[in-house]
Amino acid sequence: MSRLGTIARRSFLIGSAAIVAGTAFGWYKYRRPYPNPIAGSGLATLTPYVLIETTGVTIIAPRAEMGQGIHSTLAALVAEELDMAWEDVTIIQGPAAHAYYNGAALQDGVPFAPTDESWTANTLRGAMQVPAKFFGLQITGGSSSVPDGFDKMRAAGAVARVALIGAAARRLGLDPAQLKTDAGAVVAPDGTRLPYTDLAVEAASVDLPDVPPLRDKSQWKILGKPLARKDVPGKSTGTAIFTGDLRLPGMKFATVRTNPGLGGAMTSYDASAAETMPGVEKIIALPDGVAVVASNTWLANQAADAILFDWAAAPYRATSAEMGADLAAALTPDAQDAQGRDDGDVDTALTATPTLEADYVVPYLAHATMEPMSAVAWLHDGKLEIWTGTQAPGLAQSAAAEIAGLETEMVEVHTQLMGGGFGRRAEVDVASQATRIAMAMAGTPVLLSWTREEDMTHDMYRPMAMGRVRATVVDASIAAFDFATASSSTIASMAGRLGYPSIGPDGTILQGAWEQPYAFPNYRVTGYRAPAGVPVGFWRSVGASQNAFFQESAVDELAHLAGVDPMLFRMRQISHLPSIKVLETVAEMSSWGTTPPNRARGVAFCLSFGVPVAEVIEVESTDTGIRLTGAWIAADVGTALDPLNIEAQLSGAMIYGLSAAMTGEITFTDGRVDQQNFWDYEPMRLHQCPPITVRVLENGGHIRGVGEPGTPPAAPALANAIFALTGDRHRRLPLKHAVSFA
Amino acid sequence: MATTFTVNGRSESVDLPPDMPLLWALRDGLNLTGTKYGCGVAACGACTVQVNGEAVRSCQTPLGDVEGATITTIEGLGTPQALHAVQSAWIDLQVAQCGYCQSGQIMQAASLLAANPAPTDAQIDAAMDGNLCRCGTYPRIRAAVQLAAQKLQEA
Repeated sequence: MSRLGTIARRSFLIGSAAIVAGTAFGWYKYRRPYPNPIAGSGLATLTPYVLIETTGVTIIAPRAEMGQGIHSTLAALVAEELDMAWEDVTIIQGPAAHAYYNGAALQDGVPFAPTDESWTANTLRGAMQVPAKFFGLQITGGSSSVPDGFDKMRAAGAVARVALIGAAARRLGLDPAQLKTDAGAVVAPDGTRLPYTDLAVEAASVDLPDVPPLRDKSQWKILGKPLARKDVPGKSTGTAIFTGDLRLPGMKFATVRTNPGLGGAMTSYDASAAETMPGVEKIIALPDGVAVVASNTWLANQAADAILFDWAAAPYRATSAEMGADLAAALTPDAQDAQGRDDGDVDTALTATPTLEADYVVPYLAHATMEPMSAVAWLHDGKLEIWTGTQAPGLAQSAAAEIAGLETEMVEVHTQLMGGGFGRRAEVDVASQATRIAMAMAGTPVLLSWTREEDMTHDMYRPMAMGRVRATVVDASIAAFDFATASSSTIASMAGRLGYPSIGPDGTILQGAWEQPYAFPNYRVTGYRAPAGVPVGFWRSVGASQNAFFQESAVDELAHLAGVDPMLFRMRQISHLPSIKVLETVAEMSSWGTTPPNRARGVAFCLSFGVPVAEVIEVESTDTGIRLTGAWIAADVGTALDPLNIEAQLSGAMIYGLSAAMTGEITFTDGRVDQQNFWDYEPMRLHQCPPITVRVLENGGHIRGVGEPGTPPAAPALANAIFALTGDRHRRLPLKHAVSFA
Repeated sequence: MATTFTVNGRSESVDLPPDMPLLWALRDGLNLTGTKYGCGVAACGACTVQVNGEAVRSCQTPLGDVEGATITTIEGLGTPQALHAVQSAWIDLQVAQCGYCQSGQIMQAASLLAANPAPTDAQIDAAMDGNLCRCGTYPRIRAAVQLAAQKLQEA
């Protein structure tokens, strides 16, 4: 099959869109055919990203802020080219609008490894901008905001600057070439300063250049240096407003209880006790449960707890053990989803008795954002307004419009700060529920807040997954590596929830597996699809979160079997220079090979979202259990816009991965999630967190985002460290079942 | 029956059930929304406030128990214009990511430093252990508590 032929089968969104796009390679242009969502009002709206008023300059961030610092990073791109002082910059969240499509979100869907810089690979990545525009996808996720915004936001700043200079030149009767800009003002040769705010109205009538004059990196004043994030003061003083902090006039407070058998219907309910409780305003039947509206959140929950339910059974297996059996059974040719690579001749190269034959298993995982799901919805004057922390405002808007029977334009989504996203808030469930509540409470704004228990038991989970590796070592190197990985399909599950068909293989099953830069001469990676069942969704780093554990545990096992240092073993068999460099760097940072007594170290590597990351974890045996005593991360982001924030993202992503590896597990009994709250789904706590050292490299070419790539190597690095310490190889997560942590 | 207490220096009287957790009285009754709901079972620390100077989980503190008490929430600890040393340290070191847990983290840290102006690393770990963060800001929280201790000693 031709490589183009495989594109259509990579995943449904990419596939169908690639056909639609044909040969129309999408070059980015800042004057899009979409209407400018902030145009009008007599203001100078030079692009959808810059608003210049007489009172100040505002930069519009098209992506949602969930802790990754993207508002500040995107605004800094504009400010750099616009020549603004950072302290004078104001940032607002852009509305749900087609103009804010995310062209980079789909680029990982092309069937070329991120390390493939061939013409074909790059033009197809460019072509992915077209489907993104076609769908108007305004997604925040996939570590794509920076690669998407890098050119767009700088161009927005650059053309705005040209327009402001043009306006000043007209007013002063000078040639634009004679004028400079500095800290929010155009400066004339005689030193006269014309603040941008004074030029706002005139700038709107200046013709914009076709090619934005971008500055060379060597001239950056704001980018490439630690930036004071604009959201941090509010988040340090309790003044940042999250969804649940909104207080609209006459607002009521709601909660929901829905079927704990996910996707099952509500057969019947008895709310007679709840109806008479003080403060209860309304009890609303939903397709799969009940919403209670009251005068405050606590009363709503008291009443909800008094409702008796009869739930239909969940439409999937009742227990984790049965789901695990289905998963293991999926590793057969019948369930093959896609083959990511098949280099050399694996079957011949695998000897009759391979060096290693091993199965690895990881469980379902909850996102467990600190802020449980919430949304405010208000149906008034023929329109619906929704305030919610969403990674996909366009999807929320469409879902709400369909439920409410309104035209999409009559639904306004106000994207709020998110108390953690990690992929959970790409879903539209809470916006849909809030819409139904708003319809029943027409005219009254209602804040819907989930309890932690509702949140824990009604997630769209990271799939349970299984990896099987058969490999042969010859002359201290991997001669053959046959890697099979199975899970249910995240894309199909999400598409089903949105009412889209899902055709063809799901690239996320193979993510973090097929595109690794190992140069094993015989190397096969095959994805298998386990039956659909439990709703699954995008969880920080998606498929790479499990595949890195499978592959990097196996590579580590093979290093030990070959009698080669695991760091050296990897370096020798990786062909991609920036990837080798992150391993060399993490080895140097951690003084690899000089472990203190009573301690041991493990290393793991994963290239995900285009970012090669190597992590070393150090563990110590103590009287109270195994303690993490050190962690080192080296990552290559291509170009580092804010090194301080990148350090935070990489260490945070590693901690997210370590939490999952140590204790994270969602299990099922009778079709219901067993875990309820943080006491039985307990993330890493502060005393367990090792000191973390991060180094950010810039050898990789393309600029990359870093919200996710720090997560995948964490689990295998820890498991490999524990093996080095104890001699026990753990192939099943979470480790808490086999290891006692201090 | 109304419950009367002092919050952030103001006397407040709220007519809400005495078994309602203080968290919801603050958030929904007084619109002091800086204090966050995270778990409702004192497992995450997002709702931490100070009652008579001591850090407590407001989700597990019945309103009836704070009659006559003096309460400080994140809004009363300091403001963007007049930061408390802990908040200032948090901003200097860019601790927050999503920020949802940070009100609780800061209230817990302020309480620790009020009782122990020069905590050791182990004491910081012990005092802050009940405050979860899912973004993984722990390394900077440790550093910010140390920095805040310095700031308070220099003040």
